[in-house]
Amino acid sequence: MNTENTSLRVLVAKVGLDGHDRGVKVVARLLRDAGIEVIYTGLFQTPETVAAAAVDEDVDVVGLSMLSGAHMTLAPLVVAAIRARGVDIPVVIGGIVPNSDVAELKAAGIAEILGPGAPADEVVAAVRRAAANAAV
Amino acid sequence: MSGIPLEPVYGPEDGDFPGVYPYTRGPYASMYRSKLWTMRMFAGFGTAIDTNQRFKEILKSGGDGLSTAFDMPTLLGLDSDDPMSLGEVGRCGVAIDTLADMSDLFSDIDLGSITTSMTINSPAAVLLAMFVAQAENAGVPRAKLGGTLQNDILKEYQAQKEFVFPPRQSMRLVRDTVAFTAAEMPRWNSISISGYHIREAGSTAAEELAFTLANGFAYVELARQAGLPVDAFAPRLSFFFNAHIDFFEEIAKYRAARRIWARWMKERYGATTERSMQLRFHTQTAGVSLTAQQPEVNIVRTAIEALAGVLGGTQSLHTNSMDEALALPTERSARIALRTQQVIGYETNVAHVADPLGGSYYVEALTDEMERRAEEIFAKIDEMGHGSMLEGCIVGIDENWFQGRIADSAYELERAFNRGERTIVGVSKFLEGNEEDEMDILKITNADEKKQRERLSSVKQDRNEAAVQDALDRLAKDAVDTEVNLMPALIDASNVYATVGEMMNTMAGVFGRHVEVPII
Repeated sequence: MNTENTSLRVLVAKVGLDGHDRGVKVVARLLRDAGIEVIYTGLFQTPETVAAAAVDEDVDVVGLSMLSGAHMTLAPLVVAAIRARGVDIPVVIGGIVPNSDVAELKAAGIAEILGPGAPADEVVAAVRRAAANAAV
Repeated sequence: MSGIPLEPVYGPEDGDFPGVYPYTRGPYASMYRSKLWTMRMFAGFGTAIDTNQRFKEILKSGGDGLSTAFDMPTLLGLDSDDPMSLGEVGRCGVAIDTLADMSDLFSDIDLGSITTSMTINSPAAVLLAMFVAQAENAGVPRAKLGGTLQNDILKEYQAQKEFVFPPRQSMRLVRDTVAFTAAEMPRWNSISISGYHIREAGSTAAEELAFTLANGFAYVELARQAGLPVDAFAPRLSFFFNAHIDFFEEIAKYRAARRIWARWMKERYGATTERSMQLRFHTQTAGVSLTAQQPEVNIVRTAIEALAGVLGGTQSLHTNSMDEALALPTERSARIALRTQQVIGYETNVAHVADPLGGSYYVEALTDEMERRAEEIFAKIDEMGHGSMLEGCIVGIDENWFQGRIADSAYELERAFNRGERTIVGVSKFLEGNEEDEMDILKITNADEKKQRERLSSVKQDRNEAAVQDALDRLAKDAVDTEVNLMPALIDASNVYATVGEMMNTMAGVFGRHVEVPII
């Protein structure tokens, strides 16, 4: 698995019906600026299509951008769909996620959770941390 | 407060005045002196029965209009039992599957005496059909229905991304609703041309202004192509703009919008009546300007943004609630948001004089600059469309031109923030207090989703399946013939309890589905 010194590959994804794609696109560019390779599969993905793309593309981290309030339902399904493929690619969520949901999401296997307004360096650090922890 | 007698408007005798072409200073001469803006608050959550209760409370507390928020599945034309709807039913708005839900939504509300706004785009024709069917079943003829359909599909491809059919097929449905309402619903506003979502998606103020008006020109050209005289439908078009935090720039944007619309409608599209040239607009404060940190500070941001909308001459206003960077608003936070408008309207006296900033060197210069930047963008769109704004908008969508510009602007803004050039209180500076206890936020459980699925299943059991199939067959047949208006077939299908998803799937069978090529 990659660490900080080598190039990371990240899949950024929109799951479900949420069309708010400002955040995912900005984050994709910020990650690229940080030297991370980014793959974006577009809107209206399902947990299954995200998991399949993550495995096919052999990514180190999956980043989900969720702003419609469906994160409690869909994010754990993404984790489960990835694990069902026999791999353990860490999942990071960003978007409108209230602090009160963090504990439950962590328990469901989400590696990192970024709240609204997280600055670029925090986003990059969370992705690198998720990859590093998964590599241990 | 000191008793100084006030004129309704100030300015040199030979200058521009509100209510006079090109309406830079306002569409009406008396502006808020005769009537304050409409304080129209957007609501919708859970099942239709839940939202009906909220509607009745709004009407009881003096609201004169309803504004309906639909949930994500409804916005995308999916039923609550669709696998893609999982986790989204009733979450961001109310879930509507069939006429039965529409009846619950407006139960015991006299649709002939209030106005109803529906924020719906891809399935706008379907929801309008259901609304007409429900009203007529309740004894209110369509001609008496007053309200607004958002129905602005172009900005869906550009920014909001709740699209279903390809752009040209979607525009046929827009044409059908415009023609239908022009002929049969004289009190209905057929399109609310929306810059709000373009700005929220990351555009600059000038791009919001230009893309929105360009979309407006596209709808005008569409209706003219369908043979409607411009003065027959243009008075039924309204606009919806964002009120962001850059105070004077926003005011200049609204002033420029009115001037540009008036000139284009008169000179390019040959409008002759005042109503066709007067741009009227709704404003919503900027959701993206809200912070999760120290959310009470959002009340201040919203107040300043709302004031920009008022000083810019808005006809109606929605103020966001302080907790909306975290969740849908609680009743308490939504009330504070409404109170914010009431303080501006009833305490500050800012509404006594029309266009109070008109003649300010700064605001006039900014207004001119907004107009100049918008005209540059119109020229580019016109070029893409070889002399047609309608073609230019569709080509610009097909080529990801709008989407790319919006993404570039969003990225630039974020980089400016990351470089420390833009301050956000409580996020980049002044962080003391960020660790304080969090406020209570609205929690929506999955119980509503289950309830709504059961409701749909029971409606399907009780309906006449053969009648549904007949209605859908006719819809498919009408969809193939581009000369046919689809509204009658949609109303008939609604009346036999065909679902939103069934009607949309039937049309998708003919129209196809839009797939966006993702760009980053």
